[in-house]
Amino acid sequence: MKLFAARFGLRTRLIGAFLLVAAISVVTTATLTYREARSAILQQAQDTAVAQFRDRIAAQAVTLPVDPEQLRRTCQTLAGEGKPHTWFVFAEYGKTRVSSTDQPTSGVITPALRDAARGDVHGSFQRVVKNGKPWLTIGMPAVFDRGDGRQPTGLVLYAVMPLSSEEANVNAMVTAARDGALPALLIALVPALLAARSVLRPVRDLRRAAAGIGRGELDTRIEVKGSDELAELAWTFNESSTKLQESVEELQRAEARARRFASDVSHELRTPLAGMLAVTEVLDEDAAQLNADTAAAVRLISAETGKLATLVEDLMEISRFDAKAADLHLDEVDVAETIRKTLQGRHWEDRVRTELPDGIRAMLDPRRFDIVVANLVGNALRHGAQPVTVRLRTERRGAARWLVTEVADNGPGIDSAVLPHIFDRFYKADAARTRSAGSGLGLAITQENVRLHGGTVRAVNGPAGGAVLTVELPMEGQ
Amino acid sequence: MPRVLLIEDDPSVREGVELGLRRRGHELRSVETGEEGLAALGEFLPDLVLLDLMLPGMNGVQVCRLIRETSQLPIIMLTARGDDFDVVVGLEAGADDYIVKPARTEVIEARIRAVLRRLAEPAGRGGIEFHGELAVDRAGLSVAKAGQRLLLAPSELKLLLHLSASPEQVFSRQQLLEYVWEHSYHGDARLVDACVRRLRQKIEDVAGSPRYIQTVRGFGYRFGPLA
Repeated sequence: MKLFAARFGLRTRLIGAFLLVAAISVVTTATLTYREARSAILQQAQDTAVAQFRDRIAAQAVTLPVDPEQLRRTCQTLAGEGKPHTWFVFAEYGKTRVSSTDQPTSGVITPALRDAARGDVHGSFQRVVKNGKPWLTIGMPAVFDRGDGRQPTGLVLYAVMPLSSEEANVNAMVTAARDGALPALLIALVPALLAARSVLRPVRDLRRAAAGIGRGELDTRIEVKGSDELAELAWTFNESSTKLQESVEELQRAEARARRFASDVSHELRTPLAGMLAVTEVLDEDAAQLNADTAAAVRLISAETGKLATLVEDLMEISRFDAKAADLHLDEVDVAETIRKTLQGRHWEDRVRTELPDGIRAMLDPRRFDIVVANLVGNALRHGAQPVTVRLRTERRGAARWLVTEVADNGPGIDSAVLPHIFDRFYKADAARTRSAGSGLGLAITQENVRLHGGTVRAVNGPAGGAVLTVELPMEGQ
Repeated sequence: MPRVLLIEDDPSVREGVELGLRRRGHELRSVETGEEGLAALGEFLPDLVLLDLMLPGMNGVQVCRLIRETSQLPIIMLTARGDDFDVVVGLEAGADDYIVKPARTEVIEARIRAVLRRLAEPAGRGGIEFHGELAVDRAGLSVAKAGQRLLLAPSELKLLLHLSASPEQVFSRQQLLEYVWEHSYHGDARLVDACVRRLRQKIEDVAGSPRYIQTVRGFGYRFGPLA
């Protein structure tokens, strides 16, 4: 059934069921009608014939012993009286066989009828089909009555009557039933199609609407027609999608508020920080002349102001990604040169091994690519162990060429529980771990920058231990 | 030590920058509004202007345009990163460089020095070079076109001198950022593009089809060839 359901659509199954029910009704009706009508026709024909035959025999005087010639005449007389059916009359008495025809005996009369006719004074009859033709055969013993009930005389008369006209009537009925059934089935197809349509249209609408919701078109609604179960389903669907839309909008509003808040806070922090950061050098330079406690406090403030400025910058950068306000300024650059400049700018040349083939040019945002490489290498230097290696290569995938940048360290690798989260914002591998040099947003910003380029970044642990972070960017830009 | 005019409306930034730069020996005058800043130009005679873009009343971009109408005074904008549009408008208005707030004093001072620094003169060259209708006087730091002296902002002049020192050599935006602006290699290439646009308006016959400063797609810019 499952296979059937899977193989055929709802429409096919509906129409099939409709036609099956129609066919069963038609066939049942036709069969019952045929059987009833057929037995009524035949019953009537044979009852008439049997009664008539009995009356006619009773009207004939038969003398015993039987004279064949007289018996033949009796037979012919009886045969002439067969109305509305013509029948042939055969007589049997002992070994004597005479008939109203030119043959003394009939092949249609069965031994069973003979036995029955001899044993029963009321006579017997039988319907016989011979060579495809239906016959009614009646056996009627001639009786005499001497006041002690009727006794058989030993003479048995048989009437053999063709039932072809009745057969023709019955056949005509079969033909009529068959001719009626096919149009009936065809007519049944019309309501079947209409019903299928009336069921399937709402189902189709529902499917389309559900797909719309799936695509994120949460304002999709269905027109509710009528008041049947499907209309109720459509109504329920509309209710649910309204609720869903409201929840999603509320969530989006809440998220937008949260993001705007983060962005606003960063903005507001920036102005006082600008003043503070400009004077940290004054603090640093003069700390030496202060007493030890004040000097320590002043240096702490100076150092933390710097970190705070970095954190606020990173927060603002993330806010811009969230607000989709981050722009990509693509430029065609020499990638090896770009990476070397990143390492030089941070004085990392001595601590990082490079495998940078020359001559690779790609469409990149140099500032963002610098941040990506710097964050990955900085992360490897902080959390992994030297040597840190930066490898560059290109890959061809279909028509597009991809730039693959790999940063590997020689440390213990990243805990597998931590691995899926390293690009999360403010994710700390160890909750108790002290704050490191980074803002906790470095890898999240890296990921956003890579995505902005239409690329991917992933982290795995290398076969020889140590983390391997791989950035893949389309070389022609997006 | 250079004389710096700081136009900044926020008191904490103004005080902080003032304190930091004074300690490093700069002579500083700080004002709150663009109007005050323009008024101070004549009597303070600064070597350089540090200009906040977000000012009450007349905004930084308008101040920048007004200064550029009459003067080649170096202008550095103070801006908040993310105000990308303002940066572009400020650069188009004629600013030579910009600093993202918050910034350490050493960063601000490094930018001031970079803008004020003269390009190293190529050895063994003297006198006036002629490139088409352009007459470039490297020693006198002046450029004339068809005998007419051009008013070039410091960044425009440095860019033109750098490009014309090696005619037909292609420089990438990143290289120009390093040489002309002393930014990092990964700096903001819009500085270069905006400066090239401004320079073309002043030196090219038809700014739309440049002859002197040509774009080499995918690589950068070059001077000439003037064929």
